[in-house]
Amino acid sequence: MSEQSKITQDFFESPVVTSNLPPKEQRTKLLQALLDMDPDISFDDPLENDMVLNMGPSHPATHGVLRILLRLDGETIVSAMPELGYLHRGYEKIAENETYHEFITHTDRLDYLQPVHNNVAYILAVEKLLGLEAPPRAQYIRTMLSELARISSHLVGFGVMAMDVGAMTLLLWCFREREKIHDIFDLVVGARFTTSYARIGGVAQDITDEGLAAIKAFLDQFLARLDEGERLLNRNRIFFDRCRHVGVISAEDALAIGLTGPNLRGSGVAMDLRRDAPYLVYDQLDFNVITESEGDSLARYYVRLAEMKESVKMVRQCMDKLPAGPVHAHEPKKVLPRKERIYTRMEELIHDFMIVNFGVDPPPGEVYHAVESSKGQLGFHIVSRGEGHPWRLKIRSPSFCNLQALPQLLKGHLLSDILAVLGSLDPVMGEADK
Amino acid sequence: MGLESALGEGYLTTRLDALVGWARKNSLWPMPMGLSCCAIELMSAGDPRHDISRYGMEVMRFSPRQSDVMIVAGTVTYKMAHVVRKIYDQMAEPRWVIAMGACASSGGMFRSYSVVQGIDQFLPVDVFTAGCPPRPENLFNALIELQKKVEKSSVLDYRDRKEPIIV
Repeated sequence: MSEQSKITQDFFESPVVTSNLPPKEQRTKLLQALLDMDPDISFDDPLENDMVLNMGPSHPATHGVLRILLRLDGETIVSAMPELGYLHRGYEKIAENETYHEFITHTDRLDYLQPVHNNVAYILAVEKLLGLEAPPRAQYIRTMLSELARISSHLVGFGVMAMDVGAMTLLLWCFREREKIHDIFDLVVGARFTTSYARIGGVAQDITDEGLAAIKAFLDQFLARLDEGERLLNRNRIFFDRCRHVGVISAEDALAIGLTGPNLRGSGVAMDLRRDAPYLVYDQLDFNVITESEGDSLARYYVRLAEMKESVKMVRQCMDKLPAGPVHAHEPKKVLPRKERIYTRMEELIHDFMIVNFGVDPPPGEVYHAVESSKGQLGFHIVSRGEGHPWRLKIRSPSFCNLQALPQLLKGHLLSDILAVLGSLDPVMGEADK
Repeated sequence: MGLESALGEGYLTTRLDALVGWARKNSLWPMPMGLSCCAIELMSAGDPRHDISRYGMEVMRFSPRQSDVMIVAGTVTYKMAHVVRKIYDQMAEPRWVIAMGACASSGGMFRSYSVVQGIDQFLPVDVFTAGCPPRPENLFNALIELQKKVEKSSVLDYRDRKEPIIV
């Protein structure tokens, strides 16, 4: 340590005590102490040093509690490393101690932008394990609500992305539309946000005509509202400059890393489980798989935008095709009976008691079922030993896998580009941390 | 305030209490500690329909130095608890805390190895809010309750407040 820097250190560690001196000497002593201070920060080689910056876990633009460690050269990112786990709630362990029905409520809180979708994804895996299929009407209702949930998730996704790069208005408009979807859920499901709607072998309750009318009313005005929002951004120079050629990933790299969903389709790979491995009633619907070839933030934004329009198309088709009939499979030992029957009939009372207390008993075995959620491939892998609760439940959460691309996407960009990249990746930490 | 040390709890201070309480109550700047699902409902509270600015609280400050009330919205894990406490410590007095939702209030449905069973274990909480997540209306209820508390409190209350020690 040089002589000068030692003085500097002394100055900070033991401040000059001047209060016992007369004012003039006070000033002189203080001035001298300041003059003695070495203001230069010296490095061995001033041209070779990086700054390590910590972003998060409490940061407005990290979509929750993501922490990113950055190595910066000036303002350029040399390397970036996301650190997860700030919202690790131990879902997979919780699942091992709860019956299959009890865990439905936990799936709501996985990707909390689209609870219905998670419910459906989980229930489809359980139904696959049980060898059970819900009646067509239930499948259509599930599809319909899943697509509405996808719209609401994408609304937040692109609203927040726009806000992060400086367009605040759009977020408010997106939330206005989202509130309308929440109203529909309130009407159909009974809860506006955390829905817990799907049940083994069906859905919680049938959709009413009032609910269908509300969905129709929403769809009728949604595209016009979306168009308004789109016009704020689609010819916006600032938005383009911030998002174009930022966070570029090629199709090969995206596949190698394991990106799924809009992030993969933004790189030009037309992979969509709704078309490639149809579940629910997607094989009976007519829709396009949206792709963009650039692979940058802007491309991912366009994919989300177009997917919302496709979702509107799909919900309309579901409403047209919605068949009449029951919304619960006739499997008394596996499907929860209706409340009004529990109170009046002996058989149902016994089944309810058994299902609630001991759970459905699936055959021993393993299943994996994945759906195309708004973030990507959301899969549940259940290992059963024939008990009422899973022996092991593994969640393949798309946000977690998508975040893996972050180091590669950020490398070489400026610090402020993180917002555009992270916004376009659209991770949800509840799902990424599990 | 400085006055109370010179005058004690006299007439002027009491009237000042009313004035300061009224001013504080109507301009609580929240620090949105959005952690999980509740954060989305917190955002909903700011949307055009619910419009949190009716209560003078639309000025969301992500910097703890500029905010008065920390709304802890979401599940606090042990890993995150230290961060939450650190941010709380950086806030200037007087400061308040709202525990939004079941997770922040009591750990909620996550009786799990990684989740803190209620933020009152490491923070002084002023208002607890029920719900998983609470509707925005319920959050407003909590804010109104907090406003009542702020209005009633004296400027002296926060002068020598002792905070509980964190682990």
